[in-house]
Amino acid sequence: MTSDGRADPGGPPPPDGAAASAGPAPSNGAAVPGEPLLSVRGLKVHFPIRKGTLLQRVVGHVRAVDGVDLEVRRGMTYGLVGESGCGKSTLGKAVLRLVEPTAGTVVFDGVDLGGQGPEPMRRLRRNMQMVFQDPLASLDPRQSVESALTEPLRAHGFPGDRQGRVRELLDIVGLPAGAAGRYPHEFSGGQRQRVGIARAIALNPDLIIADEPVSALDVSIQAQIVNLLEDLQEQLGLTYVVVAHDLAVVRHVSDVIGVMYLGALVEEAPSDELYAEPLHPYTIALMSAIPIPDPEVEERRRRILLTGDLPSPVDVPSGCRFHTRCPFRQPTRCAEESPDLREMRPGRKVACHWAEEIATGTIRAAASAQDPTATEVGTPAVK
Amino acid sequence: MSLAQVETVAPEETGGSLGRDAWRRLRRNPVAIVGAILVIMFVALALLAPWLAPYPPDKPVGQVTPTSIPGPSAEHWFGLDDLGRDEFSRVLWGARWSLVIGVVSLLLGLIGGMVLGLLAGAFGGWVDGLVMRLVDIMLSVPGLLFAIGIAAMLGSGLDAVMIAIAVVNVPIFARLLRGQMLAQRQSDYVLAAKAVGVRRRRIVLGHVLPNSLTPVIVQGTLTLAVAIVDAAGLAFLGLSSNDPSIPEWGRMLADTQRYLSSAPLLAVFPGLAIIIAALGFTLLGESLREALDPKYRR
Repeated sequence: MTSDGRADPGGPPPPDGAAASAGPAPSNGAAVPGEPLLSVRGLKVHFPIRKGTLLQRVVGHVRAVDGVDLEVRRGMTYGLVGESGCGKSTLGKAVLRLVEPTAGTVVFDGVDLGGQGPEPMRRLRRNMQMVFQDPLASLDPRQSVESALTEPLRAHGFPGDRQGRVRELLDIVGLPAGAAGRYPHEFSGGQRQRVGIARAIALNPDLIIADEPVSALDVSIQAQIVNLLEDLQEQLGLTYVVVAHDLAVVRHVSDVIGVMYLGALVEEAPSDELYAEPLHPYTIALMSAIPIPDPEVEERRRRILLTGDLPSPVDVPSGCRFHTRCPFRQPTRCAEESPDLREMRPGRKVACHWAEEIATGTIRAAASAQDPTATEVGTPAVK
Repeated sequence: MSLAQVETVAPEETGGSLGRDAWRRLRRNPVAIVGAILVIMFVALALLAPWLAPYPPDKPVGQVTPTSIPGPSAEHWFGLDDLGRDEFSRVLWGARWSLVIGVVSLLLGLIGGMVLGLLAGAFGGWVDGLVMRLVDIMLSVPGLLFAIGIAAMLGSGLDAVMIAIAVVNVPIFARLLRGQMLAQRQSDYVLAAKAVGVRRRRIVLGHVLPNSLTPVIVQGTLTLAVAIVDAAGLAFLGLSSNDPSIPEWGRMLADTQRYLSSAPLLAVFPGLAIIIAALGFTLLGESLREALDPKYRR
């Protein structure tokens, strides 16, 4: 996927000064040129857990997203990976304020979304759209495709020929014009996702957040949808945030990848570099699970197995949130001190106290981590 | 773009919306057929009673004494009642009254319940809390007892009966619709509609409500059966129209109590009529539920 800065196709120019207020923008220098389109600072989404029927009291919080900083530059694709339950989908929805964030700021195209009332927020949504994981569930079963596609046009007062626009959209996503009069249950999974994508691009948005866009689809269809997303990015100059648990899909489409663990980013790096040299122990473990399509290299591949279960987001471990499962855990710091996501090298951010030592091989994985009897936990699906 | 051509087009059967799908399933279900036949029969007899009834329902057409009430004969298929009126004509006219009471009280209850449910489901928060507490209170009183209380409070008359039955059904519809709407509000397509910037009112009225109506329609069919039985129950207890000449199944049952030993059939005919009408709507409602329920949909 190309990553050069592209002209904005239709969005309003960012107001001066507003972009600067996005906070101390850390440059991931090696990554991508282009102005930041989306800037997320300290984003938290905590869901209260209530007990009692009459007098409900809050007994805890599910810390689904627990302090995430990230920046997405115009025209690029940011991939978010992590185990299921790590908060990546919630993060995607919180960015669009489909889920209300508990804390933190989201600045989109120079506008702070946090302070927007319902109506301004509604208008802002035309520039940022979402593609959902389950294409059937995300389409109203009683709504024809034409109605689903004209809905965003009506909502934002799209002038002119709406039916023409529907035909155009269907053509763009590769569906026949006859699909307009049909209902979601009449389509195959891949076709439904095309409808979902057509709805997302109907208003010519700048940003599309794709929440597991292909994980509900057959493997044979996945590639078509991924290609469609890539083609659309090229044609329409879209910026993507792709949420996925499938490392292969994310690698294929992303310019920059953020790895999430238990509600926080633990590593962020340009796609190729992340796969060539993962720095965070969690990423190292994930990568070691990918089979290498070369028998000789595959023979020598050493898998690092994570022990234990994914801790509950209600009860996040102290210090480094990964220390309970980390094969590189050290007796000091890990359990007490929460590591920041720091820039270790240009473009490479990692949230680990010992990343340098692990990278140089000074610290090695604990022997038990390579014990073949250890249960393998949490390795995302890999093709 | 030629991507789509790669993908095989595999729609399930040709065309049609969910409604047509449900209709197909309904037609194949023998229970639905039986229910529909009973309902159609009941409605047809009720509507055509003035033309079908061989005798006027409110005038004596033969001689009776308390000790000799003539049973079924060629002229009087169901015999005569204690006042010498034609029982068959009275049962036919009774269907008419049952239908009127059932439909009116259903509609009143449905409207009231849907307004409350819509408020609770659409706004949530304290509106929801308030409406649901009200519903809880209403549901905590046993239905028939509640209806008796209201009917007694409003005074006698068919209006009172219909309002009483309607009020009893209000909380049932309110809770059902509210629950459905809450469930639908969590669905992805509502999130998707919000994401593309659809206004809240349109999301609620255009997406959430239409997708929440199915169980309400099913419940409505079932409630018609309950309303007919309830109306008969209230009439049996003496809560009905002031006019004793109005043939009402419940009251016909009550009036023939004294003659149970001499003319038991006088109780059997209106009793059977109540059972058949209620059964028809229940069978139809249950099979509607099966046909429309997403769980049965593939």
